[in-house]
Amino acid sequence: MSTPNATTSHLQEGLTVNSSRRLNFKFNGRSYQGVVGDTLASALLANGVIVVGRSFKYRRRRGIVSDGAEEPNAIVQLGSGATTVPNIRATQVMLYEGLEATSVNKGYSLDFDLRAIIRLAGRFMPPGFYYKTFMSPKKLWPFYERLIRLSAGLGEIPKSPDPDLYDSINAHCDILVVGGGIAGLSAALTAGLAGARVIITEQQPLWGGALLGRPETVVGLSSKKWIEQVIDRLKGMKEVKLLPNCCLFGAYDHHFYTACETRYPPGITIPEGEVRERVWKIRARQVIHATGAIERPLLYKNNDLPGIMLAGAVSAYINRWDITLSRHAVVFTNNDSGYRAACDLVRSGASVVVVDPRAASETNRYAKWSDQNRVEILNQSWITEARGTLRVRSVIVKRSGEGNQQFEFTCDLLAVSGGWNPVLHLYAYSGGKPLFDEQRGCFVPNAKIEGQQQIGAANGSFSLAACLNEGVEAGIHALFECGYSASVPETTEIESVEEQPILPFWRLAESGGEQFIDLQNDTKVADIELAVAEGYRSIEHIKRYTLLGFGTDQGKMGNIVGMAVAAGLLKQTIPETGTTTFRPPYTPVTFGAIAGRHVGPLFDTVRKTAFHSWHCSHGAEFEDVGQWRRPWYYPREGETMQQAVNRECLTARNQVAMIDASTLGKIDIQGPDAVTFLDRIYTNGWGNLKPGRCRYGLMLGEDGMVMDDGVTTCLGPNHYLMTTTTGGAARVLGWMERWLQTEWPELKVYFTSVTDHWATISVSGPFARKTFEQVCEQVDLSSASFPFLSFREGVVAGVPTRIFRISFSGELGFEINVNANAAQGVWDAIWEAGQEYGITAYGTETMHVLRAEKGFIIVGQDTDGSVTPIDLGMNWIVSKKKDFIGRRSLARADTKREDRKQLVGLLTSDPARVLPEGAQLVANPDEPLPATMIGHVTSSYWSENIGRSIALALVRGGHQKEGQRIYVRNRDGETIAVNISSSVFFDPEGERQNV
Amino acid sequence: MQRFSALRLLGHGLTGHKHWRQSWRHPEPKREYDVVIVGGGGHGLATAYYLAREHGMTNIAVVEKGWIGGGNTGRNTTIVRSNYLWDEAAHLYEKSLKLWEGLSHELNFNVMFSQRGVMNLAHSLQDVRDAERRANANVLNGIDSEILTPEQIRQKVPLISISPTARYPVLGATFQPRGGVARHDAITWGYARAADALGVDIIQNCEVTGVLKESGHVVGVETTRGVIRARKVGVVAAGHSSVIAQMAGLRLPIESHPLQAFVSEPCKPALDTVVMSNAVHAYISQSDKGEFVVGAGIDGYNGYSQSGGYNVIEGAVAAIVELFPTLSRIRLMRQWGGIVDVAPDACPIIGLTPLKGLYINCGWGTGGFKSTPGSGWVLAHTIAHNRPHELNLPFTLERFSSGALIDEHGAAGVAH
Amino acid sequence: MFLIECPWCGRRDQGEFSCGGEAHIVRPASPDDLDDESWADYLFNRKNPKGVHLEQWVHIQGCGRWFNAARNTVSNKIVSVYKVGEEPPHPEKRKPVPESGQ
Repeated sequence: MSTPNATTSHLQEGLTVNSSRRLNFKFNGRSYQGVVGDTLASALLANGVIVVGRSFKYRRRRGIVSDGAEEPNAIVQLGSGATTVPNIRATQVMLYEGLEATSVNKGYSLDFDLRAIIRLAGRFMPPGFYYKTFMSPKKLWPFYERLIRLSAGLGEIPKSPDPDLYDSINAHCDILVVGGGIAGLSAALTAGLAGARVIITEQQPLWGGALLGRPETVVGLSSKKWIEQVIDRLKGMKEVKLLPNCCLFGAYDHHFYTACETRYPPGITIPEGEVRERVWKIRARQVIHATGAIERPLLYKNNDLPGIMLAGAVSAYINRWDITLSRHAVVFTNNDSGYRAACDLVRSGASVVVVDPRAASETNRYAKWSDQNRVEILNQSWITEARGTLRVRSVIVKRSGEGNQQFEFTCDLLAVSGGWNPVLHLYAYSGGKPLFDEQRGCFVPNAKIEGQQQIGAANGSFSLAACLNEGVEAGIHALFECGYSASVPETTEIESVEEQPILPFWRLAESGGEQFIDLQNDTKVADIELAVAEGYRSIEHIKRYTLLGFGTDQGKMGNIVGMAVAAGLLKQTIPETGTTTFRPPYTPVTFGAIAGRHVGPLFDTVRKTAFHSWHCSHGAEFEDVGQWRRPWYYPREGETMQQAVNRECLTARNQVAMIDASTLGKIDIQGPDAVTFLDRIYTNGWGNLKPGRCRYGLMLGEDGMVMDDGVTTCLGPNHYLMTTTTGGAARVLGWMERWLQTEWPELKVYFTSVTDHWATISVSGPFARKTFEQVCEQVDLSSASFPFLSFREGVVAGVPTRIFRISFSGELGFEINVNANAAQGVWDAIWEAGQEYGITAYGTETMHVLRAEKGFIIVGQDTDGSVTPIDLGMNWIVSKKKDFIGRRSLARADTKREDRKQLVGLLTSDPARVLPEGAQLVANPDEPLPATMIGHVTSSYWSENIGRSIALALVRGGHQKEGQRIYVRNRDGETIAVNISSSVFFDPEGERQNV
Repeated sequence: MQRFSALRLLGHGLTGHKHWRQSWRHPEPKREYDVVIVGGGGHGLATAYYLAREHGMTNIAVVEKGWIGGGNTGRNTTIVRSNYLWDEAAHLYEKSLKLWEGLSHELNFNVMFSQRGVMNLAHSLQDVRDAERRANANVLNGIDSEILTPEQIRQKVPLISISPTARYPVLGATFQPRGGVARHDAITWGYARAADALGVDIIQNCEVTGVLKESGHVVGVETTRGVIRARKVGVVAAGHSSVIAQMAGLRLPIESHPLQAFVSEPCKPALDTVVMSNAVHAYISQSDKGEFVVGAGIDGYNGYSQSGGYNVIEGAVAAIVELFPTLSRIRLMRQWGGIVDVAPDACPIIGLTPLKGLYINCGWGTGGFKSTPGSGWVLAHTIAHNRPHELNLPFTLERFSSGALIDEHGAAGVAH
Repeated sequence: MFLIECPWCGRRDQGEFSCGGEAHIVRPASPDDLDDESWADYLFNRKNPKGVHLEQWVHIQGCGRWFNAARNTVSNKIVSVYKVGEEPPHPEKRKPVPESGQ
């Protein structure tokens, strides 16, 4: 029912509400007005909206029960379009002009929901019913499953990408105070006065916590004044950081905490460039948890009716938001805090009946007050049932003693207090095991965790005086631990009101009907009974079977009650039954906020070479290789990829071509033991490599499998430059550092990554020398004085460079390393010089074709972590004279098998047919599935130079099978006959690179 | 065992569900069993079940230090698939998938196996080559496998951004239609109930504190509930395998790492398929409750703490937001960790040990849930016959000395 | 997200480091003298203790230096940090595993 009720309205004087500023908002399509300072929940209550949604399973109407993070019912979809947010608790969103919200579960309307028919079927849907049915007939299961899934979920995800920004920030402090209620503020003030670096977080936009809902005086000031004064003082301290609107949600090792600050409410459109939410990553030396407590509900029939609220929330709505909630209220409490709600209700003009299971002797300090205010206190009494259809209309009260009297009281509000649960989530996240305190009827912190204190209500100390004092004490203790000398602040004594002990009770055996423990998931007492009867004895089993605590509130209200009920059924104590595991986050955190700026282009670094803009302006298509963006090919107008690659390939073999090879890893190696080191890390020997000479090397993991390859050059005595694969650069450097530092620290050798320092241009082709000599005049480029696999220093286009005569295409080639900052000029000069020979730039695709024509491997494409150098037919590079990393593994039984998968070439019968890369090879194409695979195609291309397709493959025993026919067998059933060939297709003698 | 069916549910509904029987007994441990299985997760319970059902051995105890299913079985993202690259792995996981397909019926417990398809995204040309290789191998191994183009991906999963300007654009995917997800608790409870019905004793809150040996033979275990003798002991303790092995004086080629996962708040159905991406490293599905279930990568250090670093969560969330830009505004609701036992080749170790009477099943790493039925089935065979079944013959400890590793880690990338 | 005391840079977040696994595994001086089993033991077998683990770390986002740490794998408490080549802390100084971590 959402008819505005004349009896509920904002009064004139509010503790935090600015009633002069009105805000318009819509809920489920209807327009309402609230005021600045309202939450959506308070505004709805002020407008008399009692029913705010329906429950998930049984579609029962539900109302607002709380004023905070524990709210299980008032779950709304906020806003619309790209900025909508699902599953927001109405109690946690501050009202703003134009807010639009809809209940996530409302059916056609809150008044009518077709699926409420499910209530009728509810008796056949006990917890876990789906485990027991939908099994026959088997073929209908997908249908059932679809039905189950269709009913899932609360709110809806946005339909378009998130337009908002988020970020995260690292922060360090001496003392982190979590919670800005009286205890937290008192601790922060104590710590701040001593000059410590303090961060204090509060999940609400307003400071004061539970105090906001309480009219008491603190140190002679009204609670509001006291809060204002403390906040003013804290704001004046430059080492104190106040973070309101910031929910601390996670605790990790060594006092690392995460908190999410809401800078703009969800659902609102925020200004350009502003951040909607920010995650604070806080490392503290000392942490004080002043996280308060959450009130427990009580169990009786129909305890989920709209109009039933937690007593503390009733007080808050009256005191903080000045809402008149009720004319005729019943308060059901087993502890003194319910009387605060009773007082507040009386002050707001309601007639009140208090139902208290405790004896009159324990409540007699309220006797005078109740007489004066005509409040009826029913001692030794319990509510057994709430009645009403759309909302609570009356309650049935049973009084123990003579005759077990039963009464019915009419009411429009039932305020409930079953006691308080300290918020111990952070303590539990840190590994703390809460202890059940029989006296206080709640779990409290047990063993102290180093550097951590729980104070105030979070410590089970519920009086304002205790909160204030524990705050001061904790502040002093934390200061001491951080090495500050603390001065005790001015005495802040407040009169301690003695409260009578709670009478915790969990369940009345005689109370039948539907008694809800977890309102969001509709978990009832009967469900726990069933779970226990079916042998689910561990509390974790019971929880999982009944879905207790799996809602968006994660059981903040109901879990402890559920555990206590289970304990009773299992005839165990509560400690024996234990709690389920507390899991972060404390309240849900936006994915976007956790991702922060690490989305879109900033998801991962893009590495670009010095020539990147040249590539772009010359029409390159790019390929991602690791973090690098490399030119893939350079299509000219009208060219397909294949045409472009064919042209590039022909030019590279017949004229001259250049490629940006800057991404290859480059490691500078220096020191007297450099050769010793290279000998250990590479499979081949390095002792005889003279300065000015280059050599190809292969390195293995200790398991004998090929890990990386590249050319290493002796730049001078004890000075080498190693190149690695593009993707392997960081891994290889890390690998070498690890062996050096941990295994061979006696070796004098030093490694420096110089990948980014040197840009690399590779010029190759028959006209490479003619092209290059135009820009490099001082170096004699003739083969006699600058042979293949050698190195010279020289000036190219006015820039000092390192020139290597190496080639990955098998052609005459020069690879030029040049300071990256001066590299573009050198590139341009070579490009110009090559014009008369028809120079082309080529990308990775042409590079792959050219090297495949030569049978050169690409580590990671032709190898996969299971390939040895012997498998590659590279026995020539494996030294027999020395030990090296991985050598012993080559001699293992399986590794030395002769029929391992070995690298071979494949030639199709139809030369025009290019095999698909990744195709599987079989000996018998007609074998029924599962078929025996003998290898796969690792690389496959059209070779324009050879005029046919070529492929490389790993084939079982392939080295012995040259000339044999095998088959590609594709997953679509097609088979393609291929002949095993040498893996070198072009210039097998290797003459061209030596010219 | 009281059979479950729709009719019975109806009947019990009419009588207020007062007469359901307990799903399994809570017996005191006997002094001696034929077989003791250490570890009451899905794998351990499945082992006991298949020992009883397939091999007629019913004098069996499953000892669990906490509550059954409380380890990785109850902590994982429930992905089931069999599209592994290497033949040995493919056959083992396919055996498991086939068992999954009949499991609800066999156990008379609906394990909610939802074959909604599993998609592995390719983000680079090498990813695409690997995807082709894997899909071809799968099909030739008799496993359903397809390659999807970006447009086909978008049709199946409209939430995925296939923008070519993405940092790591989606270039394609492999897709296994028979893959999917299941209810993790149901697999525990289903196997427990069925094993119990065959006479297996399930003993919870019973931690193994020592391994009894007599002249080189393992003859039982010491537990917090006393000594339990056994002719054969199967260790199925996942992240704690090294701990048990140490009690027996063995070292294993595994390391335990924290592995984290999380779910979002429940939202209306929007993601119909399981999506995995190795390049950006995350995997996601939407549960029957509407929660988006996301798995992260392992923390890079040995750990037994069932919690990991926040930085790993940050990375996984960023990957999800990058792939699914419309999920940016939904909220992470619950996060947890498990302890996974990682072998050097990301493949399990199932077989005999150097100690007679001691059998091991571990090393499933991040991918154990999907293999629960198959794992139990082959270990049961191994224990019953004292030699591996041909399906797990390649997965014994011997491969580490021979070098015949099955490198799903290096080759297939995703091993979840 | 625990803190590690780099012997060269001081206390830093674990995210700056990379773990190399078990420490004090010495590469055999003469691999050829080992049979396949012993070689596999060196290559693959690990203690993987629940409790204090002597392990290698590298300050990869910092000084790039490798060092050893004795860390409790349950609580992530670091008992001590020591340089490569130094002796590990005496076993008595390594605290037993607190069972609360389970």
